[in-house]
Amino acid sequence: MIELQQLCKRYGGGRRGQGVVALDQLSLEVPAGCLYGLLGPNGAGKTTALRILCTLLAPDSGLVRVGGLDALSEPRAVRRLLGYVAQEVAIDKILTGRELMRLQGNLYHLPWRLSSQRIDELIELLGMADWIDRRCGSYSGGMRRRLDLAAGLLHRPQVLVLDEPTVGLDIESRAVIWAVLRQLRDGGTTVLLSSHYLEEVDALADQLAIIEAGRVIAQGAPAELKAALGGDRVTLRVREFSDAEEAERVRALLHACAGVRQVVVNQSQGYSLNLVIEHDGVVEQLRRQLSAADLPVFALAQSRPSLDDVYLQATGRTMMDAELAVAGSRDPKAERKASM
Amino acid sequence: MTISPSSSPVTSSPAPSALAEISQETLALTGRLFVQLQRRPSTLVAGVLQPLIWLVLFGALFAKAPAGLLPGGISYGRFLGAGVIVFTAFSAALNAGLPVMFDREFGFLNRLLVAPLRSRSSIVFASVLYITSLSLVQSLAIMGTAALLGYGWPGAGGLLLVLVTLLLLVFAVTALSLGLAFALPGHIELIAVIFVANLPLLFASTALAPLSFMPTWLGWLAALNPLTFAIEPIRAAYAGELSLSAVVLEAPFGTMTTATCLAVLAVLAAGLFLLIRPLLDRKLS
Repeated sequence: MIELQQLCKRYGGGRRGQGVVALDQLSLEVPAGCLYGLLGPNGAGKTTALRILCTLLAPDSGLVRVGGLDALSEPRAVRRLLGYVAQEVAIDKILTGRELMRLQGNLYHLPWRLSSQRIDELIELLGMADWIDRRCGSYSGGMRRRLDLAAGLLHRPQVLVLDEPTVGLDIESRAVIWAVLRQLRDGGTTVLLSSHYLEEVDALADQLAIIEAGRVIAQGAPAELKAALGGDRVTLRVREFSDAEEAERVRALLHACAGVRQVVVNQSQGYSLNLVIEHDGVVEQLRRQLSAADLPVFALAQSRPSLDDVYLQATGRTMMDAELAVAGSRDPKAERKASM
Repeated sequence: MTISPSSSPVTSSPAPSALAEISQETLALTGRLFVQLQRRPSTLVAGVLQPLIWLVLFGALFAKAPAGLLPGGISYGRFLGAGVIVFTAFSAALNAGLPVMFDREFGFLNRLLVAPLRSRSSIVFASVLYITSLSLVQSLAIMGTAALLGYGWPGAGGLLLVLVTLLLLVFAVTALSLGLAFALPGHIELIAVIFVANLPLLFASTALAPLSFMPTWLGWLAALNPLTFAIEPIRAAYAGELSLSAVVLEAPFGTMTTATCLAVLAVLAAGLFLLIRPLLDRKLS
């Protein structure tokens, strides 16, 4: 249903500089009727990819197809297929929610009666009846996001695109939005959402792509990706704060153990050690080895592989570290300019 | 309650005509601007009050000027009326770009740009429609007040001429302002340009004084100022000169009739719309 091929995009730089690379040969395919998650840290290029998909931004190179139509040569036909719920909720504070939806209906050329009927349906579906006739300026974040989702759904798009739909939302609004997205998917709508919340993508998505620095680094169903990693994760601290030297000594010791697949020293977390182990029995063995070497155990946590581990495996760092690292390398001015 | 299956998108009904779709878009967008105005009427109130203050204060400023000072022997208030009417319409039109700029900044424009608008010119049409009606209402309010102050009324034929003149000026200035709204980086810059352009254009025109009062260099500037081309036909209409061939301005480069003034304004409006096309296309297509 959605096909992005070899998308490249850079911001800023102009004629002189190189600018900031937002997308680097990003390719992605979303089958029809799929709830697809785009997971990545802030600054990975998710918003840029979605803006290009929604014909708001032209890629420097690459191919965009939606429902078999080329979005670059037939943008209007593609816009009819798409509903887009942007990250920064764009509503007119002076209008009421109902007026905003009515405006949206006219922009999509819905006949008056159909538009009224859809507005009523969506008010019920998203639980907006109590406040829909108040001016948008008085809405909370969750109300705005629900209204924005309703507006995006007004013309019954075949493809719904949402950019970080639940960032900063209250629990109730998040639950409503998740339920509606699942219901849409069950009704046959293709849903593509971006998120930097691991648990959101894990809970919602049938398929996902992990994006890092403008390219796809892993793709598949959440369960598949985690299973492919195999093994359990263990985080170990011999002391609350170790130093590099001790961490290295422990690493060498554990690395030699049977059943330990991988040991990484995590410098940003006080030289804790991240291990991948084959099976539960290995943990006991680790404890024995450590006490034999006269080393204490301050903390030892074991878990099944998560999507963060998938990310860690592919990039060598956790998503949180990636977000911190990328924050400084963005060009907010150029991004803002492109988004106006 | 169900979510309708997406296999039957509601937009696939028999294709309506382009004109029907464009008018649906344009009317919806214009309607939004009027709802905003109705709920935030300060723009309208200020837009009427400011020229009224001009008219009353400035008109009184030269109330005791020697008779016969102005061409035709008219009072200064009478002379000023045409200038204030034009200035009102001009100021309103100069602000046309502001709502568009705020839509850009708040991301609302993106909502319009992801919609399958039949023509993105609808966004421009809506602004033009809104500003034109707004500035005409303001101008009519000023004309009414001027009449009450004893500064005259142009009569039915004259009113038509006034409206046509204002319409041409408003189109031209609206085009300019919309162009700026898409070319400049933000509303601070747009407001700065409006601020800098507004008063100098007023002073360097025949709104406040006739050409014969000015030094040569200013006379040239005023005679080239588009505001002058709108002011003089209206002033002539107020003086009862309704013929298109009536000479309304003795410019340093030759005499100008009502017809030439209107033609200049029309060419200017058309030219500016053509000129901003690339800017609109860059943002809107």
